[in-house]
Parts: sequence; structure tokens; C-alpha cells
Amino acid sequence: MATYEPPLTIDLGRFRGKRPPRFIAIALVVIIGLVVILSTVFTIEPEEVGVVLRFGRYVRTADPGLNFRFPPPIEQLYKVPVQRQLKEEFGFRTQQAGVRSEYSPEDFSAESMTLTGDLNVATVEWIAQYRVTDPYKFLFKVRNVPSTFRDMNEAVLRAVVGDRSVTEVLTVGRQQIEDEVKLHLQELCNQYETGITVDQIVLQDVNPPDPVKPSFNEVNQAEQERERAINEARSEYNRVIPRARGEAEQLIQQAKGYATERVNRARGDAALFEEVLAAYRRAPDVTRRRIYLETMQAIYPRVQKKLLLSSDLKGVLPLIQLDQGGGK
Amino acid sequence: MNRASLALIAAAVFLGLLVITGAFFIVNETEQVVITQFGRPVGRPITTPGLKLKVPLLQRAHYFEKRFLEWDGAPNEVPTKDKRFIYVDAYARWQITDPLKFFQRLRDERGAHSRLDDILDGETRNTVAKHDLIEVVRSTNRVFEDGEFVEDAEKFEQVTFGRALLQKEVFTAASKRIEDGDLGITILDFRFKRLNYVEEVRREVYARMISERQRIAEQYRAEGAGEAARINGDKERELKSITSEAYRQAQEIRGKADAEAADIYAKAYNKDADFYRFLKTMEVYRDTFDDKTLLLLTTDGDFLRYLETAK
Repeated sequence: MATYEPPLTIDLGRFRGKRPPRFIAIALVVIIGLVVILSTVFTIEPEEVGVVLRFGRYVRTADPGLNFRFPPPIEQLYKVPVQRQLKEEFGFRTQQAGVRSEYSPEDFSAESMTLTGDLNVATVEWIAQYRVTDPYKFLFKVRNVPSTFRDMNEAVLRAVVGDRSVTEVLTVGRQQIEDEVKLHLQELCNQYETGITVDQIVLQDVNPPDPVKPSFNEVNQAEQERERAINEARSEYNRVIPRARGEAEQLIQQAKGYATERVNRARGDAALFEEVLAAYRRAPDVTRRRIYLETMQAIYPRVQKKLLLSSDLKGVLPLIQLDQGGGK
Repeated sequence: MNRASLALIAAAVFLGLLVITGAFFIVNETEQVVITQFGRPVGRPITTPGLKLKVPLLQRAHYFEKRFLEWDGAPNEVPTKDKRFIYVDAYARWQITDPLKFFQRLRDERGAHSRLDDILDGETRNTVAKHDLIEVVRSTNRVFEDGEFVEDAEKFEQVTFGRALLQKEVFTAASKRIEDGDLGITILDFRFKRLNYVEEVRREVYARMISERQRIAEQYRAEGAGEAARINGDKERELKSITSEAYRQAQEIRGKADAEAADIYAKAYNKDADFYRFLKTMEVYRDTFDDKTLLLLTTDGDFLRYLETAK
């Protein structure tokens, strides 16, 4: 506008007393009109809504797209990102999110240090994800919602952790804690009329305090030792018992084999005897003598030393040197 | 210029004057206003948003927050009833409910914070000092689900009040004092934000935690050794039972077979016991005599009889 001023004064001087120059008036009107139109048009991005106040009083909510309003002193506009998921971090801060996020090296242990129900200490880091679902409440009911929300988070999480033992907090209780914190936090959000909805509570690192860490690791180690001892005993059991079963089976089978053999041999022997007996009965005397002589025939040649004594000779026996004769 | 346009111009100038001198003022959704005239409050406080009017030049508008406000206490070192020193960090929500009183008694938010500090810190201290630490930490008598060996678990599972009730106690006492002071504010909620041991206590607690962990580790190890021994015992027993059972069965089988064989032999040989004795004797002769045997024979025998006589 300043660039238009010099010609304006010159023109006024030059045309003094004459009718006012029409084109200046038109230019002025156009410029003012443009400014007014530009200040009445506004766009709302897809993730936002616009809250419009007329003379300080809430009148309407503008949806994403092109919108109109009265110029500033009459209507004011606040944009609230209702679709964007917002995040608060506790016990740590992401400095730069990325493929490998960078975390602030500052110490936030005051935020993360909590007392557990058994009066121990655990450091709990967590994230709260939330969205603004009621822009009116978000803007006009509570001053400084994010910092209020942080306070609420800390209070609720500590109340929940305070009802659990340190072991629960560190191991099995994570999911439960997340769920319970979310539930209570939402209740509190509603009670405070913050206009936000809690999407998710995510526990990050949950650790025992640094000085105590080694002894917690010792517990883990001991737990593994226990498993190992049990597994070793089991594997020894599994190595020995099936083998013993096999050997037992072998023993029984051997006994069965022996039994079969024994009975069969008995049957065979019995059959043989019965056959021989049958033949013997047909000619008892001859057969008996034959068998006797056959036996003698078989054994006499085998024996190398024989002493033949007449039945009349008596008392010769003591004279024989038995060991000499027996040896060679 | 005619009359109509003159009147229009006059109206515009008047309106302009009103605007310039500050007769109009806007009250936002988040604000409430007290009007004063030469420092003296005039009329009722304005608590609804919109465009408002006042007498220009003479009257002034004082703006106050209508929203819920924060109060964040500083960490207080407080001894509990069981003489444990802890830091208690609490927060509260409050609101200016009567801007006129607020303006008169506290002037501004700074004044309010300083009063809230006095009242809430004091009440926190009172309440915490009246109770054991466990009452501040725990909310319910919920039983721990860690399935582990919390020594003296009962000690931690018996709270008569709990955190919520203690918070309420502070809240009620503080509310009463604020009401008594007629400060034009209300506290909406009070919560313990952080509890922490002071340094010396913390070291003590760490030492206890360490010894507790060591005990648990020992227990795990003992459990491992015990379970291993049990399995080992099982193994030995099973082994003995397997081998002895097999021995028993084998002996039974053998015994049965022996008995059956004996029956068979007896049945056959009983047909002619004498002949059997003869046959078996012959068989034994065959088996017993070898080259080392010395045979002493007399001619009386059946066999050698013919050496002396042909008869």
C-alpha cells in the first residue's frame, strides 16, 4: 500500500477542486476488499478441524477443506489436529525419530523411578499415545492439556505399579499394567474434561534400578541353571530307561528261547527213547547185549591204559602206583 | 449532503469513538471478567463469552482464567508414620470459581499458587505422616500374581486405607481450608504424582532388594537340584523295577519250560525205567571214558569173561 501513496498525494494536489479521481477510489475499494476476502478464507488440513469463535464465543466447527469466516476481530480461528496421533514419552525423550532414533542423553530417572507394592524400586519407561477427540473441551476446558496429561500419566501409572510386586512389574505384569493404566487414564481424562482419548499405553524398558540389576540377572541365571539341571536329569533318564527296557526285553526273549529249546529237546529225547524202547521190546535180550557191546567197543579203544585182572587174583590193587600209571 | 447521510456519519463516528475508548470488549470462552470502576468492583462478574459493553474510560476489565488450572507441587521430603523418609510430589487441578473473590483475596494466579502451595503441601505432609508408607504406595489389597516367593507377602497385602483414600483425605482437608478462606477457587482433584525414597533409604532398599534376589536365586538353584535328584531317583527306581521284572519273567519262563521238559522225560522213561537206566548208563560210559582213564578190569565181567573161558 505504501508504494501507492506518493502518486496519491501528487494526484490530489494536481486535481484539487475537481471531482475526486474515480480510479483511486476503485483501487482503494479493491485493495480493502481483497484483504477482507483473504482474511475470510481459510483452509483446514485433512487431519485438523477448525474451531471458530465469534466475539470470543464458540459458534461452529469447520471441517477440512475451504472455509469462510468474518475477518479477525469478529471471528477467531483455532486449528486442532484431531486426526493426528500425539505422543508423550516418560523416562526418555526421542530427539530425532528415524530408522535409528536418537534419544536425549539427559537423565529422566525421576520420571521413571517408581515404588512397587512390595516397597521395592523399578524404573518404568512408557509412552502414551492419544488423540484429541473433543476440540472444544481440549481448547476451552483445561489450560495446557499436554502437561496436565503428563501429570495424570505419572499419577496413574504409579498407582497401578504401586499395587504390584517388583517381579510382576518386571515380568508377567506388563500387559496388565498397560491395560489398567489406559483404563484409569481415560477415566481421568473424562473427569478432567480434557477432550482427549487415550489410544495406547506402551511400556518401554522396565528395569530394576542399576545397582540392583546384577542380582536380578543372577536370578535369571539361577532360573536357567534350574532348567539346565532338570533337563540334564531328564536326558539321563531318557538315556538309561529305554535302554534298560530293551535289555529287559532281551532277557525275556532269551528265556523264551531257552524254554522252547528245552521242551523241544525233551520231546526229541523222549521220542528217541520211545523208538529205541519199541525196538528193544521186540528182541530184548539181543538188543540189550548189542548195545552193551557197542558201547564197550566204542570206549575200550579210547582208553590207553588197561589193567586186566583175573578174578582169582586178590590184593594186587595196593601195589599199583596210580599216579604214575594215570599220568602217561 | 443530505440529512440521512449526516446522521449516518454521526452514528459511525459515535461507534468509532466507543471502540477507541474501549467500551466494547470481548470475553473469550476461556475467560471470565471482573469490571472495576476506579478500582471498585462493579456488578456481577462476567462468566459467559461474547461481546460485552462497559462504560468507557471509567471502567476497567480484569480477565481471569475460566479453565481448569494446574498446580504442581515441589517434591517434599516427608517422613511416614513408620519413619521412612520419602519425597512426595503431588499435583492438583483447580479452578477460579468466583473471580471477584479471587481478585480480592489472591489478586492473580501467582497469589493463588502460593496459597495452594501452603495448603496442599501442608495437608500432604499431615496425611502422609499419619500413615505407613505402604498405605501411600498401594491402592488395594490385591494379591500379587508373580507366583514367586515374596517373603512376608501378607505384610504388603494389608492396607486399610490405600493411596486413593489418602489422596481423598488431602483433597477434603485442603478443600475445607480453601472454603474457609473464601478464596474464590475450588480444587477439583488431588493426586500423588511421584513417590521416591530419599537417598539413604534408597540405598537401604537396594540392599534389601539385592538380598531378596539372592534368596530367590538360591531357591531356583535348590529347586533345580531337588528336581534333578527326584528325576534321578525316579530313574533308579524305574531301572530296578525294569530289570527285576525282566528277571522274574525270565525265571518263570525257564521254570515252566524245565517243568514241562521234566514231565515229558518222566512220561517217556517211565514206560521202562530199567531199560532207560541201562541206556543212560551206556551213554554215560561213552561220555566219561577218554585216553587218560585207567581201566582196571577183572575177568569176572560180562565182557572179559571170554578171556578165561569160551563158555
